[in-house]
Amino acid sequence: MFGTLTARLEDIFSKLQGKGKLDEKSVREALREIRLALLEADVNYRVVKDFVARIQESAVGEEVLSSITPGQQVVGIVYRELVRLLGDEAEPILWKGPMPLVIMLVGLQGSGKTTTAAKVASLLKARNKKVLLVAADVYRPAAVDQLRILADQLEVGFYRMDDVPPKEICTGAVERATREIVDVVILDTAGRLHINEPMMEELSGIAAGVKPRERLLVLDGMTGQDAVRAAQEFDKRLDLTGIIMTKLDGDARGGAALSVRAVTGKPIKFIGVGEKLEDLEPFHPSRIASRILGMGDVVTLVEKAQEKVDATKAATLQKKMRKGELTLEDFLDQLKQIKTMGSMDQLLKMIPGASKLGLNASAANDHELVRMEAIISSMTREERRKPYVLNGSRRKRIARGSGTRVQDVNRLLREFEAMRKMMKRFGSGMRGKKMLLGQFH
Amino acid sequence: MVTGAFGRLRGGLRRTREVLGRGLERLRTTRGAEREHALEELEQRLIEADVGVEAAVIIRDRLEEYLRTSPGPSLEELVGVIRKQLLDLMRAPVPPPLAEPEERVAPYVVLIAGVNGSGKTTSLGKLARHYAKEGHRVMVGAADTFRAAAVEQLAIWAQRAGADLVAQKPGADPASVAFDAVTAAKARGHSVVLLDTAGRQHTKVNLMNELAKIRRVVNKAHSGAPHESLLVLDATVGQNAVSQARLFHEVLELDGIFLAKVDGTAKGGVVVPIIRELGLPVRWLGVGEGIDDIEPFSPERFVEAMLAPQ
Repeated sequence: MFGTLTARLEDIFSKLQGKGKLDEKSVREALREIRLALLEADVNYRVVKDFVARIQESAVGEEVLSSITPGQQVVGIVYRELVRLLGDEAEPILWKGPMPLVIMLVGLQGSGKTTTAAKVASLLKARNKKVLLVAADVYRPAAVDQLRILADQLEVGFYRMDDVPPKEICTGAVERATREIVDVVILDTAGRLHINEPMMEELSGIAAGVKPRERLLVLDGMTGQDAVRAAQEFDKRLDLTGIIMTKLDGDARGGAALSVRAVTGKPIKFIGVGEKLEDLEPFHPSRIASRILGMGDVVTLVEKAQEKVDATKAATLQKKMRKGELTLEDFLDQLKQIKTMGSMDQLLKMIPGASKLGLNASAANDHELVRMEAIISSMTREERRKPYVLNGSRRKRIARGSGTRVQDVNRLLREFEAMRKMMKRFGSGMRGKKMLLGQFH
Repeated sequence: MVTGAFGRLRGGLRRTREVLGRGLERLRTTRGAEREHALEELEQRLIEADVGVEAAVIIRDRLEEYLRTSPGPSLEELVGVIRKQLLDLMRAPVPPPLAEPEERVAPYVVLIAGVNGSGKTTSLGKLARHYAKEGHRVMVGAADTFRAAAVEQLAIWAQRAGADLVAQKPGADPASVAFDAVTAAKARGHSVVLLDTAGRQHTKVNLMNELAKIRRVVNKAHSGAPHESLLVLDATVGQNAVSQARLFHEVLELDGIFLAKVDGTAKGGVVVPIIRELGLPVRWLGVGEGIDDIEPFSPERFVEAMLAPQ
């Protein structure tokens, strides 16, 4: 997420941190580079201007220049301003009010409304809500079928009506939901251009008819400078209650995410981070700011882990890791657990400093995980516990058994050994790392 | 087909044009600190048109220099400076235009790729119609076997365009669908094959490898194919479009870009860094929701539409 921006900012900061003392000139230079980095990340021009001005103000006010760790201080200021830019606090769904909660999703074509409708349904179903998905896109060919298939997959309610205008579909759906005591109704409306008057009129009509408590704009995270304008137009019509930012799993530069709150004053509520239906996360400004600055997002990582990982197993494993007693068997266990938590590149991005270690998505893609699993699974139990018994002929057998080459087996063993050593070091250095992160909270 | 489409393109780019026009007028009539301010505003407008920071700075510098050396310029002159600069920026070593589908290579195979939601299926529908109108027999291959109801959507477009369709069950191997489509087209005498693929994030290594496989398999079905690999880009996407183009190019050796959705606001600017940095030609523009809303790209006309007075 926001990899390009992160790399640029890390670069700028490392230059600052290399210096013992900062003079005004180097701060000015850093600000100029921050400005360029943000503009190249498609952040709105005005937002960038304000942002840089505020950092400048704080930097002067806090006497960064006379500080003994001026670089760290600048990073701290940028972090604080980023959090502020993104909206400070996470904004939850507006549950309070009469049931059913009606959520209306709107947006440009191709922003990901239908997929997002299903993702929201999946998230709420997991919270034991009864959900009804409503196909109100009567224009795009097969949009209704797409939503029906997704509703079937999720085993949630689905509502369609043929040959009537979207407004009536929505009203009908809410009536049925009230009758059947459904908790949440999600309206998937057609994609439209914000300058298309009749289509925007249609949205106002739907909103007037069913009075949705949540009116959420689904916005493609890769949108350029136009993001802001589209958001403003939708907001003007519907008085949006929030934004769902999609497709942040690629290398979106982050401009839309960083601009939209500042310009519309409306919070980002969720972000889409993958293709699977569970790849939707609530939006936490502080965590995202932390990810943008390359400080990872340990909080989300831990939450994910808590959801999926067996706690006692994890404790034993941690002990083993610290002592450097990790075996390939534990490693295999880990691989299997990691797979249930999400894709490798998603997880890596939450680890502080992962990008600096050269651990990027292409080095550790999911395909690689499958291969590693195959190799370890082709070993005997003894081999997994005592990798040193692996001589040439055993390695050949394992390669054949796992459909890989001996080089792959060698590489895995080498990497495993390196990792075991790193874990041991990391284990003893844990305390220092915590302190580093602590200063931002 | 082009006459009406030019009007549509201009309509789509109107916003960009208005925005530039106002800025230039201020630039012309002010001086000193105010002019400095106007220049900055112009830079802002260009960045907001998605031309990228680098290009915006170049154009700004060029204008500044022009204002210094030739006092009292007319609006026309300033527009001329920007036009020339934009065209220069787009004058990358672009490969020669592709041969239109010919008897010799029949069927002429076009592979269409892009990220999710960029408008692949709609753009494919428009291309199908374009070729059908030129008298080609068009076959459409539904190699997006991943997204729910993708085949149904494509089937509707194929029918509208008067093209035939080859599809398999959802979840089928996309390369095998592509192979079938090309083989069937050969057997049944189609002259153009358009292959729709699933939307994929350009950073997902395994999905990009799948695309490479489709390309290889298509080549086995018909030597020389695909004759054209097109990347569909959403015109509202910002500078990320450059990295999309770069990564798809690495896998597919793209022949060009189909720039879709050039009918909203502040569009088109991203074409500049793409041509400039990657030397990839833009072949088509999608300028509306109708099946005929397609037109070939020409840098001159594109810049003209961006700058012409209303």
